[in-house]
Amino acid sequence: MAQKGLELQSVTIALEGRVLVALSRSVAPGDVLTLMGPSGSGKSSLLAYIGGFLDPVFSASGKVMIGGCDLTNLPTEDRHAGILFQDPLLFPHMTVGGNLAFAIPASIKGREERRNRVEEALEGVGLAGLAGRDPATLSGGQKARVALARVLLSSPRMLLLDEPFSRLDTELRQQVRELVFAKARDSRLPVVLVTHDEDDAAAAGGDVVRVGSQ
Amino acid sequence: MLTRLAPSLAMLLLAGPILLGLTGTLLPAFGYLPALGGMHPTGEYLARLLQEPAIFHSALMSFAAGLITAAVSLTVVMLFVGGWAGTRLFSRVLHLVSPLLSVPHAAAAFGLAFLVAPSGMIARFISPELTGWTRPPDVLILHDAMGLTMMAGLVIKEIPFLFLVTLAALPQIRLAETRALAASLGYGRVAGFLFGLWPQLYPQIRLAVFAVVAFSSSVVDVATILGPTSPAPLAVRLLGWMNDPDLSMRYLASAGAMLQLIVTAAALGAWTLVERICAALRDSFAAAGKRLRRDHAIRIAAFAAMTLSATVVIAGLGTLAVWSVAGLWQFPHALPKDFTLKSWIAAGPRILSPLTTTLVVAFFSTLLAVALTLLCLAREDEKGRKVRRGTMLLFYLPLLVPQAAFLFGLQLFFILTNSAASIVALVFAHFIFVMPYVFLSLSDPWRAFDRRYDAIAAGLGKGAWVRLLRVRLPMLTRAILTAAAVGFAVSIGQYLPTVLIGAGRLTTITSEAVALASGGNRRVIGVYAFLQMVLPALGFLVATLVPALLFRRFRAMRV
Repeated sequence: MAQKGLELQSVTIALEGRVLVALSRSVAPGDVLTLMGPSGSGKSSLLAYIGGFLDPVFSASGKVMIGGCDLTNLPTEDRHAGILFQDPLLFPHMTVGGNLAFAIPASIKGREERRNRVEEALEGVGLAGLAGRDPATLSGGQKARVALARVLLSSPRMLLLDEPFSRLDTELRQQVRELVFAKARDSRLPVVLVTHDEDDAAAAGGDVVRVGSQ
Repeated sequence: MLTRLAPSLAMLLLAGPILLGLTGTLLPAFGYLPALGGMHPTGEYLARLLQEPAIFHSALMSFAAGLITAAVSLTVVMLFVGGWAGTRLFSRVLHLVSPLLSVPHAAAAFGLAFLVAPSGMIARFISPELTGWTRPPDVLILHDAMGLTMMAGLVIKEIPFLFLVTLAALPQIRLAETRALAASLGYGRVAGFLFGLWPQLYPQIRLAVFAVVAFSSSVVDVATILGPTSPAPLAVRLLGWMNDPDLSMRYLASAGAMLQLIVTAAALGAWTLVERICAALRDSFAAAGKRLRRDHAIRIAAFAAMTLSATVVIAGLGTLAVWSVAGLWQFPHALPKDFTLKSWIAAGPRILSPLTTTLVVAFFSTLLAVALTLLCLAREDEKGRKVRRGTMLLFYLPLLVPQAAFLFGLQLFFILTNSAASIVALVFAHFIFVMPYVFLSLSDPWRAFDRRYDAIAAGLGKGAWVRLLRVRLPMLTRAILTAAAVGFAVSIGQYLPTVLIGAGRLTTITSEAVALASGGNRRVIGVYAFLQMVLPALGFLVATLVPALLFRRFRAMRV
């Protein structure tokens, strides 16, 4: 089986003619590519470009490939790029279980089967039995875990992390970070991490690219 | 696909009828109306128009009503926001005033009439103890020759409108910081606001102010209920000619509609002049460093004016309600001797058909407006977010062109295509006026939606429609229903489109109520005007209850 690595081929992102980011890199399954740089440097835009949700005010070029398959011209929903933002962004109008079930691909049929997957996913992040809860009633750490479980349930091909730990306090931050990287390794997903935090970069252990530094 | 077409469709449905209607008004004004045998362009009707008795008086009154109403309402709102924004009292007044936006103009006007008429509620409360009156005094308060009561009736409705539009723009300026800065330089609250913030705020509400000028200079329903009669404001006279059984009067009406267009344009032009003068005055005060530190009196006056206008509307609506169930009620008694449902029972059978029309037309025009607004906004997202000035102008267009000027021509178009007085035509005509309000009230919450939710759902593999239906729309349920309630209220309040496009055969609660104005049967008017006020309120009730019930288990979905 071919390696399902993520490959960025001369990806360039520009705003009003000014080039913000230009890079080529490949990220092997289970590896983390870390992008660091000041705000406004274009690191989040790069993530958005990979995910396919870049704001049209930016102009961008270059190829995004995964496992030899070209994603560049696919819409976001066909890329299967799981995203975690700074905030957990659980859908406020769905229960925890509803959020998770929403993520399971429609190809998995049967109410029972889908419900089991939800339960398994919750167990996997240490939140067994919380399926019926309103997400607004969870703690910050719990929400972050649900967000992780949700993204993993959608069978992504890669993970895009946009400073997902920055809102958590130090202790929680370490726990959640380890959990995320462990899950990514287990599922052999290439990960692109955008962060301000040197500790995040060190914990990620992969390549570090500094964006926007002269 | 659907979203790509939406903006063009909105343009077509809003600008199309206006252009078509203006043409259909312009041609007969110059004598061209083949259906009635007018084949050759002529200036005859314009000449006849100018010979109509007191036509310039009518035009001048419309012009003045537009300017004065806008000036008074805007001044009250500006000073109130400047003097009180950020205080606890400000939010109290907000709760008092914002529901009044949904009250139809005609209902508010009837309420005012029932309060201030010589035999009205105010006279009853102070008689005979303070006045010695045992019968209503013979003074002309309603239909006064200067149009003061009419302007008052407009002002009490435009204040809530301008107030809410200003509030919507407030988050975009740095209120607290600028006030602190101005205060540290020694400026009073109001002066700091006028010098530092108003110049940023005003451009954002300018189109709404223009809409107030245009509406007040061409209003028909409020003018019929409260305005002068000899001569009446221009738009009222136009409608009279339009409804004349003598069809050749249509030429004159069309010529008059052109005059109305000129009067409204002149009022808007004069308003831009007023803007410049006020700006120059403000700048010279600011340059002179006038601190206006003792602005207590101004603040109190602004608060009083704001509360008074709200109280008048509320008291007026209360009076209407009482009249609808009043038995014998002699002057100067403050309350009826007995209460009876007789007026309601008598009106019941006759109300059913206009009530059905009202609800059907309001429902479908709102539905169409909400659907098209959502598609337009979705399209805006696809293209990247940029609100162009042109788009805003398009949505304000139906509120800036005097209704009579294009509805006459539009009616002609519907008559020629054999579709006048059909529900579809009426829905369509209402839609033109509902759409701007729905778009304006939905666009802010839509744009404020955190688009990362959308990115997340897309990352989970969900396509555009699933994201819209399962994520965006449910999360915006409250905003959408509120916008729909606004649209519903706007449709219910429409008078001129109903009268013209309904061609007298399709009537609504509002058109019936205004038609009752001349009869002066207060009990029947009370019934109709009360319904006018209740229907929009029901819309807002639904918009509040439905999301509360749907999402009762989800804390973050509560307000």
